[in-house]
Amino acid sequence: MTFTRGFRGRRARDPRLPPGQYDVGADWPVLTAEATPTLSTATWSFNIEGLVEQPVKWTWDEIRALPGSDYAGDIHCVTTWSKLGVSFHGVSVDTLLAAARPMPSAGYVLATSHTGYTTNLPLADVTGGKAWVVWDFEGQPLGREHGGPARLLVPHLYFWKSAKWVSGLRLLDHDEPGFWERNGYHDRGDPWLEQRYQGD
Amino acid sequence: MTEQLSDAGPPGSFPRPGKWQQARVTEIRQETPTAKTFRLALSEPAPYLAGQHFLIRLTAPDGYRAQRSYSVASAPGDSGEIELTVEHLPDGEVSSFLHEVVMVGDELEVRGPIGGWFVWRGDTPAVLIGGGSGIVPLMSMLRLARRSGRQDLLRLVVSVRRPAELYYAAELPGPQTTIIYTRSTPPSWPRLAGRLSPADLPGPLNPEATGFVCGSSGFADAATTVLHGAGMPVERIRIERFGPTG
Repeated sequence: MTFTRGFRGRRARDPRLPPGQYDVGADWPVLTAEATPTLSTATWSFNIEGLVEQPVKWTWDEIRALPGSDYAGDIHCVTTWSKLGVSFHGVSVDTLLAAARPMPSAGYVLATSHTGYTTNLPLADVTGGKAWVVWDFEGQPLGREHGGPARLLVPHLYFWKSAKWVSGLRLLDHDEPGFWERNGYHDRGDPWLEQRYQGD
Repeated sequence: MTEQLSDAGPPGSFPRPGKWQQARVTEIRQETPTAKTFRLALSEPAPYLAGQHFLIRLTAPDGYRAQRSYSVASAPGDSGEIELTVEHLPDGEVSSFLHEVVMVGDELEVRGPIGGWFVWRGDTPAVLIGGGSGIVPLMSMLRLARRSGRQDLLRLVVSVRRPAELYYAAELPGPQTTIIYTRSTPPSWPRLAGRLSPADLPGPLNPEATGFVCGSSGFADAATTVLHGAGMPVERIRIERFGPTG
């Protein structure tokens, strides 16, 4: 390990912070490569397609009528900020996949957004209570700069995997790199392993 | 709409940043009262594109680490040196250390280049709009254009609150650049202080141009609205946002 002359660093590091992350506190930085879209809930939809027995498409009212689910915990952005102790409300991806019934050959998902953004994940990272489609943050409607009306939430991975303005999941039998992944970022993105970039 | 946000190359050619490496600080320049440029000599030269960034990682004697990413301000070249301009954030752990402790001759650990989206390769028309320290990656693009004699391809608009906050003040002016001040202007400046508006855009947009917008999230949204209002499709606008929102 190479030390930096004169650097001592801030003490009292929160054990909830993965390596290389800092606590952003009350702020919530917005990092998006695209223009912020204005999406109407009247025309919003979310669909699951690809390797499923029953492709399904939900409207805004339909998805909100499903049994709800909450996440309370931390989120970690690859740009090194983490936001600790936050809460979201929406629906578990498990609930959505139960309706679509993934085929045994499905091993990966490509999440898509209404803007054209994409991100890829192993299917195992969005099942078993680890992923949500969320529309409330701290009890309030999710702001559109943060992905409202609804975004994907996969809080155990770096936050670019939690696609803003999410429009659906496509189930695949192979890993298909999404937007940031084609631009040098890691295919999985586990913050505790610091999987930030391709090759990490 | 699934293909509009794609760049980079075919599978297998994904850009990968290099490994962590040591870099020696060869020069430090004060750009504004709160911004310094650090010129770093890389131990392993790392070719980069205009618009990319590097990470700086600090390590304490007990192993504690902190890292941040900073845009490259210098033009791509083969000198094995990069320049990073760093704004001193009042509570910034890394920027405070860089500003208050680091001296010429120090070694810093860096990694890069990073980013394959917000890059200009030097051969297509582009409109660049930067707010405050958002000028940094755009400066790399402007320097590249000037050095390669392709100034005709670029138009740069930079917005700052007041003259003392303008980075690269001596180098920026030229037929490609427009400087706007939102709070106070230099004496007898032809434009009144005020926010970016469509009238600040340099003439009709080239329909082939790509937009590069860098600044705070609020600035980025405002600049995107101006470009879109002037006829640039949103899918031609690339955005790099930084800083917290309320």
